[in-house]
Amino acid sequence: MVEFALPKNSRVVAGKTWPKPKDAAKGRVKAFKIYRWDPDTSDNPRVDTYFIDLDQCGPMVLDAIIYIKNEIDPTLTFRRSCREGICGSCAMNIDGVNGLACTTGIDEIRGAVRIYPLPHMPVVKDLVPDLTHFYAQHASVKPWLETKTPAPEKEWRQSAEDRKELDGHYECILCACCSTSCPSYWWNGDRYLGPAALLQAHRWLVDSRDEATGERLDDLEDPFRLYRCHTIMNCANACPKGLNPAKAIAEIKKMMVERKL
Amino acid sequence: MSERRMETPMRRVFGLGSASGGTEHWWGQRITSVALIPLSVLFVIPFIGLLGAADLAAVKAHFSQPFHAVIAILFIFTTALHLQQGLQVVIEDYVHSKFWRMFLLLTNTLGVTFLGVLGVFAIAKMAFAG
Repeated sequence: MVEFALPKNSRVVAGKTWPKPKDAAKGRVKAFKIYRWDPDTSDNPRVDTYFIDLDQCGPMVLDAIIYIKNEIDPTLTFRRSCREGICGSCAMNIDGVNGLACTTGIDEIRGAVRIYPLPHMPVVKDLVPDLTHFYAQHASVKPWLETKTPAPEKEWRQSAEDRKELDGHYECILCACCSTSCPSYWWNGDRYLGPAALLQAHRWLVDSRDEATGERLDDLEDPFRLYRCHTIMNCANACPKGLNPAKAIAEIKKMMVERKL
Repeated sequence: MSERRMETPMRRVFGLGSASGGTEHWWGQRITSVALIPLSVLFVIPFIGLLGAADLAAVKAHFSQPFHAVIAILFIFTTALHLQQGLQVVIEDYVHSKFWRMFLLLTNTLGVTFLGVLGVFAIAKMAFAG
């Protein structure tokens, strides 16, 4: 059955509260409540509370957690790289919403900033989820050009109009915010491909140069791989790049019907 | 998605392969939804007038008219089909144990078939036996 409660060893307990900064200006101290779990101990996950002087720290949530790691608690573990919303490394659950820490402003959040790893993923440590299965699902849709015609000497040509079909697909940075916000992916993520992989599947279905459309549809035509999408739309809400995976999935379903009519 | 077995992530994703199905079910669910809009209206609205009369003979007379009998039968049949399709999705979403999934899917199909045939039979009895 669906799991309504966390397993015993995953229940979150109260954690450590770190001291407040001493000489911060009034009203410039912000609390951060951050999920912590260390695989090297047998302890349950906990939520630690940190206080940051906003005048000492950059404006984004990522600035705050880097500040915590540098100045307060070097054991805090998270992924980050580009700090400008193009690498997708710092995807996490901030104030109950999946997003990128680097493009989420601290001032967008009222009260304490609660930070958890992406929901319903195995945790490697603290804010680092295990995305192995997510990446394998992306690989399974063959996210590359498949052709039968021998490769032309120079290049596969595509009109500007056909290239436009790829807009709204290619911008995906595979941060996993969408898939891990999807209840269907939570309950059946082992078999359901999830919005991110299906958006990329659609990207290759509509590519005018690709010659494997039928095989791609054959691979997707499955009650679980594709049809677990119930148009919940959390994916479109969560996407930090403003993409709409739900629409792409609806288009795939339409193609499935179209080829039978 | 725990690491139960020593298998590669790709093997886990491909699983037993594509079931090559699901489209009929999904499309069928849309069709029964749309069909139920006019059927509900045509079934329920004449029926409301009958509720006031509350006379068995009047109800039997109503369903002995071919149009009302056919609408009622189509309404019951489509509702039963739509119910079966909808419950199947819920079971597939939430029930993960192989045994319970199979058990509930079969119960769903057989139970809803029983209710549907029962409804159709009742209408037919009123229409023909009076």
